[in-house]
Amino acid sequence: MSKPVNPPITMEAVKTRLAQMPYAEVLGVEPMLKDGELTLRLPYHDDLIGNPVLPAMHGGAVSAFMEITAILQLALTGDSARLPRTVGINIDFLRRGHPKDCFARACIVRQGRRVANMRVSAWQDDIEKPITALHGNFMISQDD
Amino acid sequence: MAEKTKAPKPSKAETLTRLWQIAPMMVTGTPHGKALGFRFVSVDIAAGTIALPYNVKFIGDKKTRVMAGGAVTALLDQTCGLAAMSAFETLSSVATLDLRIDYMRAASPGEDIIAEARCYKATRNVAFIRAIAHDGDPDDPVASAQAIFMTTPSGNRDYMKPMKDSTEGKS
Repeated sequence: MSKPVNPPITMEAVKTRLAQMPYAEVLGVEPMLKDGELTLRLPYHDDLIGNPVLPAMHGGAVSAFMEITAILQLALTGDSARLPRTVGINIDFLRRGHPKDCFARACIVRQGRRVANMRVSAWQDDIEKPITALHGNFMISQDD
Repeated sequence: MAEKTKAPKPSKAETLTRLWQIAPMMVTGTPHGKALGFRFVSVDIAAGTIALPYNVKFIGDKKTRVMAGGAVTALLDQTCGLAAMSAFETLSSVATLDLRIDYMRAASPGEDIIAEARCYKATRNVAFIRAIAHDGDPDDPVASAQAIFMTTPSGNRDYMKPMKDSTEGKS
């Protein structure tokens, strides 16, 4: 792999990008940065519930959270003013989302010039026990 | 519990009446659905339609003012769930097992997004669903989805017949 190494992700850059996504703010997404690795936290609030009887988190809420994680991670590796766009995603629901905080981390499996293939994992108590997994393709927006 | 209450299969009209009673609650009574402002549009046996009114709060990229893909994802998930729920013989609650979404184009800023889902196959516990999201013209969709839903463990509680005996006798 002779790809140039991406500059380290700074908290400032993360916050700038997040501020560009009103929807992420509505969900209450918070960034955590350690050793240049970005983890997003979705603090629990009642609006995230999909099934109040169980109770369980809304599949769509966790999906949206993972999508934001992927877009943010990808945006931080490029310099386009516009955010990457989702082309197609696949989400596996592995465990029930309990009414508590959720975390997610994304990795770029392959980055091309126009499209990037990404994987995202979301968990609650144990990173080894993901509640949902996403994989999909994202289009890198060109500034024009 | 021993009594054999062999509930006769409800007629289509009965099922539809019950669906129209439950579905609006299922859509707007879900906390996350309420937060996003989902609007119940219609329900049929094995099908459902829900709208997501345009809201600047749910913009995904300030540069384009397009609603976030995540909001559309949540809408499609909810609509597929509605179609799944209305496809099972017993109206149990459901959970997403697998969801695939393709984004064909950006939604038009300012337009409401409408999701239409249809369950094309339901077994006892699993439902297979296809859905599209559009902003006015179903022939020019914003996104499409393919989903698999399962009845939830607490789902043997039948909303259709709340007092139904859980032991299904083999005649």
